[in-house]
Amino acid sequence: MKKNSKRVIPGFGLTMGVTITMLSIIVLIPLASLIIYSSELQLNEFIEIITAKRVLSSFYVSFVTALGASLINAVMGLILAWVLVRYEFPGKRIMDGMLELPFALPTAVAGISLTSLTADHGLIGSFFAKFGIKIAYTKLGITFALVFVGIPFVARAVQPVLEKLDGSYEEAARVMGAKSGLIFRRVILPELLPPLLTGTGLAFGRCLGEYGSVVFIAGNRPYETEITPLIIMSQLQEFDYKSATSIALVMLVVSFSILFLMNLMQARNSKRLRGGDV
Amino acid sequence: MEKRTESKIVKYFLIGISVLFLFVMLVLPLFVVVTEALKKGWQIYIESVTDSYTISALMLTLKATVIAVLCNTIFGICAAWAVTRFQFQWKKFLITLIDVPVTVSPIIAGLIYLLVFGKQSFLYPYLQKAGVQIVFAVPGIILATIFVTFPFVFRELLPVLESIGTDEEEAAALMGANGWTIFSKITFPHIKWALLYGIVLCTARAMGEFGAVSVLSGHLRGLTNTLPLHVEILFNEFQYVPAFAVSSILVLMAVILLIIRSIMEHKGKKEKA
Repeated sequence: MKKNSKRVIPGFGLTMGVTITMLSIIVLIPLASLIIYSSELQLNEFIEIITAKRVLSSFYVSFVTALGASLINAVMGLILAWVLVRYEFPGKRIMDGMLELPFALPTAVAGISLTSLTADHGLIGSFFAKFGIKIAYTKLGITFALVFVGIPFVARAVQPVLEKLDGSYEEAARVMGAKSGLIFRRVILPELLPPLLTGTGLAFGRCLGEYGSVVFIAGNRPYETEITPLIIMSQLQEFDYKSATSIALVMLVVSFSILFLMNLMQARNSKRLRGGDV
Repeated sequence: MEKRTESKIVKYFLIGISVLFLFVMLVLPLFVVVTEALKKGWQIYIESVTDSYTISALMLTLKATVIAVLCNTIFGICAAWAVTRFQFQWKKFLITLIDVPVTVSPIIAGLIYLLVFGKQSFLYPYLQKAGVQIVFAVPGIILATIFVTFPFVFRELLPVLESIGTDEEEAAALMGANGWTIFSKITFPHIKWALLYGIVLCTARAMGEFGAVSVLSGHLRGLTNTLPLHVEILFNEFQYVPAFAVSSILVLMAVILLIIRSIMEHKGKKEKA
């Protein structure tokens, strides 16, 4: 049957042609150029560039803030998904629609508005300034912006799985006298773990590369609040393509590894889901 | 009885946290944009919004968005059709490749086009001879916008096309319908909401793209400045009121797109049911 469909439905040549052509022009050739360009670099040169102190600390800043933000989003995303799927309350649909705001709001707008919100005279900033906590222009500020960026990832990954979750196991556990905490830990959480991990991983990947919303709030002090995309940007402005490409290559390898891991996990996850349906 | 009250407390606690979190993270930033934009009154607001640089930035943003959405819609339909309607080797790999732009940092997206079309590229002399400027010009901005939103329509269509199966289309093809008739009469009605949904998402991201466009734009006011870049320039010049006024245009566009999106999701679900 499947072999037959190849011949029956028309349009294979046309659609495949368009797909491959556009994919090559937009994605493959430009990405290949990065690899070709970086292959011209000497290995020791490459290592020298990416182990420069300023670059290493930018890796550290990017990693720590992205990790912190994704962990916060993992917890909040789980709670949001739970609230949106399991409870009924007024304003729920608005809340559900709002969740996509970080996708739709331009990052630059988010950046400047979060900055003025958390600066010392801002609505949130002035409150924390009383306790001597600075948010804008610190790592805390970067994390704050990244939390904003990552909100939809975890919630949107967990929601459909939670919706499909069969209530009968939960009920069985309850009938047998299990407390809600135990039911959540032993019955529900194991089912939600795969989408939770994928969502968190996707958010982490996005946060590592994020630029627009962070650049304003970071303050961009070298060694302190300078994230990796910003270093690439400043090297590009100085036309230092060699350094920019080397650092970009490291970032690319990291984000491809994350993509690969997530794909692996999603494949296992969907197998489990399909198995659960039958 | 005791259990009931306990779970009620948990319920209101969790709803409370969620509302507080979304209020601080999503509502307050929007509120700040509006109040900062109107800080010096309507007169100044209208002046900043109708400034000639703002208008030309708006035009460039619209142009890049329309072209990117058009390209990615055509690509999305073709790719989703090819992937779901036919069996071939390397299919999974192809899907992964299409997803690549989402995982690449926008700065790197800008950088790769710089390497392909910029001064150190072997293409550069030919492009110059032909009088085509891509880097630090409008074509570069458009390319970057297409890249960043590349898989959006495809991603929305893929699950829908997969779930409706190919029986109806095969029947039509056996009865002699041509490809276009099959697509427009049979497939399109099934995928129209998903398609619109993808287009809305694509539009939202395209108009707001900042990092990639920032690398490739020459930052020439009135020429290669999109709205988000214009916001950046104004903000860095400490012109806060105009910066937030221009932002409010983008916020308005984003909110409208979100409302359209949620209406469509609702309608799509209704039709399915």
